[in-house]
Amino acid sequence: MPKGSDIFLQNVSKVVVFIILAFALYLFFTGHGSPGGGFIAGLMSAGALLLLALAYDIETVRKVLPVDFKLVTASGLLIALLTGAGALFFGKPFLKHAFGHFELPLLGETELHTALIFDLGVYLAVVGVTMTILLTIGEDR
Amino acid sequence: MNNWVVAPMLIPLFTAVLLIFLNKRLRLQRWISLISVMLNAAAAVFLMIQVRTGGIQTLNMSGWAPPYGIVLVADMFAVLLVLAASIVSACCLLYSFRGIDEDREKHYFYPLVHFMLAGVNGSFLTGDLFNLFVCFELMLMSSYALIVLGGTKRQFRETLHYILINVLSSTLFVASVAYLYGATGTLNLAHLSLRIAESGQSGPITAVAALLLVVFSVKAGLFLFFWLPGSYGAPPAAISALFGALLTKVGMYALIRVFTLVFYHETSVTHTLIGLMGIATIVLGGFGAVSQTNVNRILGYNVIASIGFISLALAVSNEDALKGAVFYLVHDMIVKALLFLLAGILVAETGTERINRMGGALIHSPLLGWMFLAASLAVVGVPPLSGFPGKLLILQGSLEEGRYVIAAAGVLLSLLLLYSLIKIFILGFWGEPRHPREAHWKQPRKLLLSSAPLMLLIVLLGLFAEPVMPYMQRAADILNEPSIYIQAVLKE
Repeated sequence: MPKGSDIFLQNVSKVVVFIILAFALYLFFTGHGSPGGGFIAGLMSAGALLLLALAYDIETVRKVLPVDFKLVTASGLLIALLTGAGALFFGKPFLKHAFGHFELPLLGETELHTALIFDLGVYLAVVGVTMTILLTIGEDR
Repeated sequence: MNNWVVAPMLIPLFTAVLLIFLNKRLRLQRWISLISVMLNAAAAVFLMIQVRTGGIQTLNMSGWAPPYGIVLVADMFAVLLVLAASIVSACCLLYSFRGIDEDREKHYFYPLVHFMLAGVNGSFLTGDLFNLFVCFELMLMSSYALIVLGGTKRQFRETLHYILINVLSSTLFVASVAYLYGATGTLNLAHLSLRIAESGQSGPITAVAALLLVVFSVKAGLFLFFWLPGSYGAPPAAISALFGALLTKVGMYALIRVFTLVFYHETSVTHTLIGLMGIATIVLGGFGAVSQTNVNRILGYNVIASIGFISLALAVSNEDALKGAVFYLVHDMIVKALLFLLAGILVAETGTERINRMGGALIHSPLLGWMFLAASLAVVGVPPLSGFPGKLLILQGSLEEGRYVIAAAGVLLSLLLLYSLIKIFILGFWGEPRHPREAHWKQPRKLLLSSAPLMLLIVLLGLFAEPVMPYMQRAADILNEPSIYIQAVLKE
């Protein structure tokens, strides 16, 4: 779709994209213990980017996010693997998690969890893979 | 708990991810790949020593005890195969440094190989049926990419077959896993075995076992092999060698594991079926190999026929036969990789895959010719080479049980394979050279060097079969006596 051909879709998606991304962020953090998590948050974010690509075009998405999504996938995998392998250095079984309660400036007492870092890896991997697939198919006309 | 168990899976995964970042730097990729596979082999050896002295090693992932969590189990059988897979892939990688064009290398060839290795090693080591499915998928996903890499017309055609058939069988796999979970309430292999032994292998469970047999048979190329010769011939030799050596063997491993550990009660149904499929595979695969004139297709049918032979051992399932199966499986991984690599050189140098258009290759490269002949003799099972002890044990095992038809099929296999491989040797290597392109025959020396370790291993494994045998014995003991495995997994 050439740029500027659908003014409604473009203006609505300008707002909606941020709502979706905010919801993805919520899903990401709520994932530990209740439904949500890195996987679904990743899909949701990719959905937001897809909406952007539909409303404008793929070039716009590339301009907004000038990253190589294949490398995003790889970084995600690396983060997830390193978190899992971290347990090896403490003599714990592979993938074992650790957590603790910390006093943070704005949030008060917060539970911090290594599983969250693992989830971040999952998130990045999912966004990377989905976007690579979408952009590859999108370009191939 | 022993964290070393995860190493053969973790090392390739790490390497694969690392190599994605280094995509443009081919030289570095090659070195890292090779070092990683060697580290993997070292880890496998280390694990093997631990298993020999300390018995089966297990690792409960993230500390969840079985049957609730996922457990990795390194018994002698799994570790032997992990070691063989690492050695084979090291040689295939060495070959691919020269045998694969730069374009393929730049398009994530090395990361894909390592992802596949992670899947292969994971399948060997896992103690959980669903986890086995996941590792299978990891292995298959990478193999889809590897088989189409390069994108020639032939590759696209064969990839379509390959993906369709594998997606179908993966669907069946998940379905049968779901049935099994519904019927028994567990997916941990050891726990599954315990539950089925307690409640008896009822009709529905045997039906699920038959479904799993179909699934693994598709992956292994046992009877349901129609897709195999074409697909394995399409990609370049280094990739075909990896496929021929590893992928079907993983299917075979899964068959042996599941039908010795879990579904061993109704042998009159399942194991008879396996035996019949094995005999059919030998006959069809053997005659397939004889009838072809394309080098890669002949080797493809060779892979199939050998799988049929190993499944005969599973059908007999006594001590000797299983010991032979372990030995033969290790031997087959090595020798099939070697054959594919050597044939790859032959095809590259003569410029054709059809044996009746070749000829006189022996003049250009005598070493290649004699190595090919030696590898062929190893496949057939001529004594000083590694094919012999395994084959002997399987035949001995089937004769002990009075299964003469099975033994006869095993002998028939040798004859057919000998004929098919000698045909390549006679038409390809003997006679006058049809392509007097002397200048073109420069590459093989370095490519041959990469397959030399495999050749050496075949000879050593045959000559020193006696000292190696205790390891095979240990592996076969666990296959014979499921309680050893169950205790090792569930004790903690």
